[in-house]
Amino acid sequence: MNILKRAAALATAAVGLCLMTAGPVQAQDTGPIKIGSTLALTGPLSATALVHKLVGDIYIEDLNARGGLLGRKVEWLVKDDQSKPEVARTLYEQLVTSDKVDLLMGPYATGAILSAMGVAQRYNKMLIHHTFGIPSLAKYEMHFPAWSVGPKPEVTVNNTLFDALAAAPKPPKTVAIVTSKFPSVHFMAQGAREVAKKRGVNEILFLEWEFGNRDFGPIAARIKDANPDLVWVGNIGLEGNMLLEAMKKIDYVPPLHFHLYPAPGPMTAAPEGRNALSVTIFEEHPPYTDNPVAAKFVAEFNKRAQAAGFPYTKVEVQAAASFTAWQLLEAAVTATKSLDDKKLADWLKKSQVPTIQGVVRFDRGNNFGDDLMRIKQVQDGNWVTVWPKEYAAPGASLKM
Amino acid sequence: MTLPSLNLLSQSILSGMFIGGMYSLIGLGLGLSWGLLRQINLAHFGFVFLSAYITYHLSSVWGMDPLLALLILPPAFFLVGVAQQWLLSRFHISPFNSLLVTFGFTVMIESLIQHIWTADFRKLQSSYAEEKFIIGNLFIPVPELLTLLLAVLFAFAIWAAMRFTDLGKAMRAMAEDGPIAAAFGINQRALSLVLSGLCVALASVAGICFALTFTLTPTQIFAWVGVVFAVVMLGGLGSALGPLVAGIIIGVSEAVAMAVFAPSWAPIVSFSLLILMLLFRPEKV
Repeated sequence: MNILKRAAALATAAVGLCLMTAGPVQAQDTGPIKIGSTLALTGPLSATALVHKLVGDIYIEDLNARGGLLGRKVEWLVKDDQSKPEVARTLYEQLVTSDKVDLLMGPYATGAILSAMGVAQRYNKMLIHHTFGIPSLAKYEMHFPAWSVGPKPEVTVNNTLFDALAAAPKPPKTVAIVTSKFPSVHFMAQGAREVAKKRGVNEILFLEWEFGNRDFGPIAARIKDANPDLVWVGNIGLEGNMLLEAMKKIDYVPPLHFHLYPAPGPMTAAPEGRNALSVTIFEEHPPYTDNPVAAKFVAEFNKRAQAAGFPYTKVEVQAAASFTAWQLLEAAVTATKSLDDKKLADWLKKSQVPTIQGVVRFDRGNNFGDDLMRIKQVQDGNWVTVWPKEYAAPGASLKM
Repeated sequence: MTLPSLNLLSQSILSGMFIGGMYSLIGLGLGLSWGLLRQINLAHFGFVFLSAYITYHLSSVWGMDPLLALLILPPAFFLVGVAQQWLLSRFHISPFNSLLVTFGFTVMIESLIQHIWTADFRKLQSSYAEEKFIIGNLFIPVPELLTLLLAVLFAFAIWAAMRFTDLGKAMRAMAEDGPIAAAFGINQRALSLVLSGLCVALASVAGICFALTFTLTPTQIFAWVGVVFAVVMLGGLGSALGPLVAGIIIGVSEAVAMAVFAPSWAPIVSFSLLILMLLFRPEKV
C-alpha cells in the first residue's frame, strides 16, 4: 500500500511538473511571434529610416489583420541604432540574447546591415535586409537582400543605363563621371567607367570628392568646361542636388544627367532636377501598381506618409525594398510553417518569391539573384520609369 | 594633370571666396567667444542651424521675405546668448568644460530641430536663389555675394568697435586681464553677457545666409565644425579680421585644389594650412 501511495504521489508530482513546464511552452507557441530589428531612427540616416519604420508598421498591421503568421499575432520590436553600425551590432545582440526574438529583420544601410549580419551569423539566425549596396561584402549564407540588384550591380546597372541611353534619340558620345567616395557609390562609378569604355563612350572627365563635400562650385565649373554629353553622378542623398544647384549658378544645364542614389523628394522638387535620370525598383505607376498588393500598399503609404509629415510621400526604392523584405519573411514562414531559421533560409535559397518589385530569387553570387534595377527620370515633377520599356510608365520615354 | 582654363580658375576662385565668406561668418562669433570669453562654444554651430531652420520656416511656411529675418533673429538670438552666458557663469564653467557643456547644448539643439522639422531635407526656395550678376564669363550668385558682404561688413564693424569704442576697449581689457580691468571699474559680468549675446546674434546672421544658400539637414551641424575651427585658429582667437582672412584663404585654397587637382583633395587643405601655421608661426594661433 505504501508503495502504491508513493507511486501515486510520484506520478502526481511528475504530472504536476510536466504541467508546470508545459505551461510556458504552450504560452510561447500561442503568444505573439516576436520579430526584432533596428533602424536609424536618429542620426544622419534617419530621414530614410523613417520610411522603413512606416513600411514596417503598415505591413505588420496588415499582416495581423490577416491573422498573423502561423495563426499567431506578430509583434515587431524595433530599436534605434542611431545610424551607427557599432550600436546596431550591440542592439542585435540584445535582440537575440535578451529579448529572445523569434526572427530578425535587417536594418537599413550597408554599414548597419553588415553589423547585423555578423551577429546573425554568430547565432545562426536568418537575416533578410532592405538596401545593401555592396553585394561582394555579404558572405553570410543565411542573408537575403530584399533590394534585388544582382551580384554585380556595378556592371549590370550601368549596362541597363547605357542600354536606355543607346535607345534615346541622341545617344551620348562623351561622359563625365563625377563621384562621391562613399563606399557603396564609388564602386558603381568605377563600374560606370568600365562599361562606358566597353561601349565606346569617351570618358572626358573623372572626378572624386569626399563624402560631406560642401562646395560643389569648382566641380560644376570643371564639368561645364569639359562639356560632356552625359554627366554620370555617383551621389548619395543631397549631393546631386548640391551639384545641380552649383551648375545652375554658372548657367550650365547638362544635356543628360544620371544620379545614382539621389534623395527622391528634393530631386523632383528642384527645377534643376528636370530630366534627371536615376535607378529604381518600383514607382507609383503601372505596371507596378497593376499588382493589387502594391496598389493597396501605395494608397496606405501615401496616406500615412502625409499624416506623418514626410516631405516626399510616394513609394519608391526604399519603401519598396522594405515592403519586399517583409513579403519575403511572410512567404518563407508561410511556406515552411516554421520559425526555424535554417528551414526558412533553405526555402528562400531554393525559391522564387513574387514581390512588388518583381520575382526575387537568391541563387546567384552571395545570395544575390537578378538585377531588377530599372531607369527612371524626373518628368513633370515626378519620377517615372522609362527603361526597360515593359516597366515604363504609360506613354513615358526617355526625355532629353 | 592638365592646366585649367582661366575662366574655370577664375570661377573656382570666386566660388572659394564665397564659401570662405560663409566660413568667416560662422567663425567670427566662435572666435570672439573663444578669445575674449574663454569659452569654446560648440553650441555656436547649433545656433547657426537653428537660425537657418527658423529662417526656412518664416519664409516657406509663413511666406516672409527671408532677408527680413535679419531684423528679427539677431535680437532674439542676442537674448539667447545672454541667457547661455548667465548659465555658464552661474556654474563657473571652465574653458575646457565649456566645450563639453556646449557640445551637450548642440546635441539638444539638433534633437529639437529634428523634432520640429524632422530629419528630412529642407530647402528654402526664394527668388534670391535665382538672381545672379554676370560679368564677362563669370557668374556671381546673389545669396553667396550677400554672405560674403555680410562677413566683410561684420568683421570690419567689430574690428572698428573693438579698436575705437570704450565698450570694445573694455572687452579687450577684460580678455587680457580680468582682475585689473575690474579694478579700473569694468563690469566684467555685464560685458560678458553683452559679448555672448553678440556672438550668438552673429551665429543667427550666419544661419540666415546658410538657409539662403544650402539645403538643410539637422546632422549637417557637425560637418562644419572641423573647417570652421581651422578658420578660427588660423585667424587668431578673439580677432575680428583674422577669421575673414583665414576663411577666404581656406575657401580659395580648397576651390583651387578642386579645380587644378582633384575635389577629394579639398578637405586636406584647411588642416594642412593649420599644421603649417602651428609649425612655423605657433604664436599666431
